[in-house]
Amino acid sequence: MTALIYPADAKVRLELTVNGERRVGEAEPRMLLVHFIREVLGLTGTHVGCDTSNCGACTVVLNGRAVKSCTVFAVQANGGSLLTVEGLARKGRLHPIQEGFWEKHGLQCGYCTPGMMMAAYDLLQKSPNPTEEEIRRGISGNLCRCTGYVKIVEAIEYAAQKLRSDPSWRSGGD
Amino acid sequence: MVKVVKTRVEFEGRFRDEYTVVEGEPLEGWSPKSGLKIVGRPHPRVDGAAKVTGSAKYTHDVYLPGMVYGKFLRSPYAHAKITHIDASEAEGLPGVLGVYTYKNAATLGFGGAEKVFKQEVTYQGDVVALVLAQDESVAEDALELIRVEYEPLRPLVDPEEIMGLDSSKDRIVGPKLYERGDLEKGFAEADVIVEESFKTQAALHNCMETHGSVAHWEGDNLVVHTSTQSVFNVRSALSEELGIPQSKIRVVSEFMGGGFGSKFGAGEYTVVAAAAARLLGRPVRIVLDRVEENLATGNRSQTVQWVKIGAKRDGRITAIHLKGLVNVGEDGWVADLGGPAKMMYHCPNVKVELYGVKTNLVSSTAFRAPGYVEGDFALESAVDELARRLNMDPLELRLLNYATRDPVTNSEYSSKALREAYLKGAELIGWRSEPRVVRDGAKIRAKGVAGAIWWGGGGPPAYAEVKVNADGGVTVLTATQDIGTGTRTALAQIAAEELGLPFSSVRVVLGDTITELRSPGSGGSQTLASMGPAVRAAAHDAKNQLLEIASQVYDVAKERLTIREGSIFRSDGSVLCSVGELLGNLGDFSVTGRGAREPNQEGYMVNTFAAQFAEVEVDTETGTLRVLRLVSVHDSGMVVNPLTFTSQVEGGVIMGMGYALWEGRLVDGESGVVINPNLNDYLVARCSDVGEITPTYVEPEDPHTNSLGVKGIGEPPIIGVAPAIANALREAIGVRLRELPFTPERVYSAIKGINPRPTTAKYL
Ligand code: FES
Ligand code: FES
Repeated sequence: MTALIYPADAKVRLELTVNGERRVGEAEPRMLLVHFIREVLGLTGTHVGCDTSNCGACTVVLNGRAVKSCTVFAVQANGGSLLTVEGLARKGRLHPIQEGFWEKHGLQCGYCTPGMMMAAYDLLQKSPNPTEEEIRRGISGNLCRCTGYVKIVEAIEYAAQKLRSDPSWRSGGD
Repeated sequence: MVKVVKTRVEFEGRFRDEYTVVEGEPLEGWSPKSGLKIVGRPHPRVDGAAKVTGSAKYTHDVYLPGMVYGKFLRSPYAHAKITHIDASEAEGLPGVLGVYTYKNAATLGFGGAEKVFKQEVTYQGDVVALVLAQDESVAEDALELIRVEYEPLRPLVDPEEIMGLDSSKDRIVGPKLYERGDLEKGFAEADVIVEESFKTQAALHNCMETHGSVAHWEGDNLVVHTSTQSVFNVRSALSEELGIPQSKIRVVSEFMGGGFGSKFGAGEYTVVAAAAARLLGRPVRIVLDRVEENLATGNRSQTVQWVKIGAKRDGRITAIHLKGLVNVGEDGWVADLGGPAKMMYHCPNVKVELYGVKTNLVSSTAFRAPGYVEGDFALESAVDELARRLNMDPLELRLLNYATRDPVTNSEYSSKALREAYLKGAELIGWRSEPRVVRDGAKIRAKGVAGAIWWGGGGPPAYAEVKVNADGGVTVLTATQDIGTGTRTALAQIAAEELGLPFSSVRVVLGDTITELRSPGSGGSQTLASMGPAVRAAAHDAKNQLLEIASQVYDVAKERLTIREGSIFRSDGSVLCSVGELLGNLGDFSVTGRGAREPNQEGYMVNTFAAQFAEVEVDTETGTLRVLRLVSVHDSGMVVNPLTFTSQVEGGVIMGMGYALWEGRLVDGESGVVINPNLNDYLVARCSDVGEITPTYVEPEDPHTNSLGVKGIGEPPIIGVAPAIANALREAIGVRLRELPFTPERVYSAIKGINPRPTTAKYL
């Protein structure tokens, strides 16, 4: 990670890997990562529900860890590697987490879904065979106002199972 | 043939007469016994791929070239007069395109500008100024440069306090009265009378997508993307405010991140965005942040309720009296707390008196089963107390007083299977087979029950078109919204079923006024029961045309043809051709079927019902209350999709748990300032907070509702959750809590018989 001192008023040129691709863009030092992702990179799958780190709608995976991108400045991601919901599928194949959320109905309005899936991605990287308890704790930083979470938990269980039986997905965690 | 009929239409228990145009002949009703192949099955969502890949575009995701950002400066005071306002510094900031206050708001060019921008602000979050700027951070910087001086005025936020003030009579709305039978006589006949009082808090919707709109003009046509439950409501409000015909306005809401009742109107942000876009000749985006959302878009009303119930020694209820105060905020509406008291039980003598009280808080608005959630908590808690006084099982008492006809109108229900729901729930939670209270050290587990009643019968006007394209693909076209409930999926199932074409071939286009296919707002649990039959009728029309075409092309009598799984069959079971072949041979031709929701049958009351059973665990050392299990059994007619159905139930139940346990707007009683307008301090349920939810249903046949036999499910699941928990808690600790939410402090204090430390913070 590069130095974190920038002039307040100037825009900073950032270079980072986003969903496996090199991307460059400019951001004011105060710009939040989530706004950089949405407005500069044009990836609107990452949502904003609160911008105060409470809802998790903005969750992305930065340098291999789930972060709430409203809690990170864009400049902090400079030189890093970012995975957003748009990068989950590979070669037109849905990621097992995506498949799980669809198949098991882990969504209603879908607004929380991208963040929820990225939190699940992080959880399953760390804990490929989680108990229901672990899943519930693992995503409790992500709020869903629609579903009651029951089917979200089922979706993650589905994905965990699928990931365990299909090792091709386990390589190259960004 | 087109027919105009007059019909009675219900929305959340309020009725109005509508003229509606119907086309086509009545269809034979569907029921769970009709042997349907696609309807009634758990189909995953048709919009699932868009939502899991992040490609679904919500209003928040609309960024247009040259777009301008609008931001409001909002009052920090609950009541104040602006004595001085100076926006010159803000106006001078590079990138700022305009600043508007009450002084120059009229130049924005819409009708109600002076009502939005006022010199006297009357709630915290009221609009003081608007900044338009080329990007969001500039807009935020500019807000800080606006110099405002306020003269604070005394805010009034507590309805009970206001009722006692002679000087505030003009803040009282009502009473709204309902009466049947002879209340005095009813109480005179009673052997046992319980009198209880309850308080419920204001709850904030907190849809994950905040309110917002993006407006732009194409010549003199306005296009608005907005997160709304009713594109047509938004359109008519814009037409009125901007003084342009509706036909020049297109309102789009393709994907939206939840509404729960808070997104029925245009909202000032939409009108202001549209007016500013006209002025600047550029697209304007106004999206509220979470704090604005929680201060300025409305809430479930806070209430104070007194309930008195009289009964015979054998348990027959002879009289119910409910008196309620409803905190309506600045100018909200008095939600019908009396619904459950009037409708739940067979009781000849009932009186409901409701008073709305205007306060210096934002206007209250609809929130998932408005009034009924609050009223059911009071009624069903009081009924539980009655059961205790009578020494009766609370479930038996409910069954004893079960209404077999609507007690308000004395008409028949189109269907009612609440009894079956109670019995199924009792079985599932072990009501009779297990002990009702179990002690385990400092922890006590106990069970409680409550019933729920709601509307959700839907009705006209609702129109749809179904197009069968040259390749056999189907497009369902309507203007209703899918606010997350799964409307798209259910409508696709209905169209596929009626057409005899595969589910996978159907695509649903909705949320756009340009179709001009009038649809009701997505609320009141009425979308499916209104839109579903319209889509079925349109699909039926399209099918008829397909058969007609096949009959002429292949020279076979139409009566001898049917469509199944994408092919047209002769009556001997042999395939004539596929639908794709038939239309493909006709060149670039697609069939368009039109359908309208048929009028409701006269003389029937259409209601939805639920039985809620809770099992809770109380930690008597900390006052922590956990819902271990909630069994939620529904009568909502035929179930079109068990997945979307149970998902609705789970979501409603958890929202009801939040209401019972954590959620509540806290207001400083002196300054009128909201203490928790964010998701840090306003607690909505997290995944780890809840135990098991068992969503299920009984499926009565209902030939009297509509051609599908369906009723709504959006709202019933939240009703009755709080009282079921309250009654379980009472069972566990031997003390009744009468004020929501049941925070650990309140539960602990109740167990210990102490009064919680008073502060100026109140649940208002
Ligand atoms: S938007 Fe980042 S946590 Fe809510
Ligand atoms: S699906 Fe709507 S917030 Fe989770």
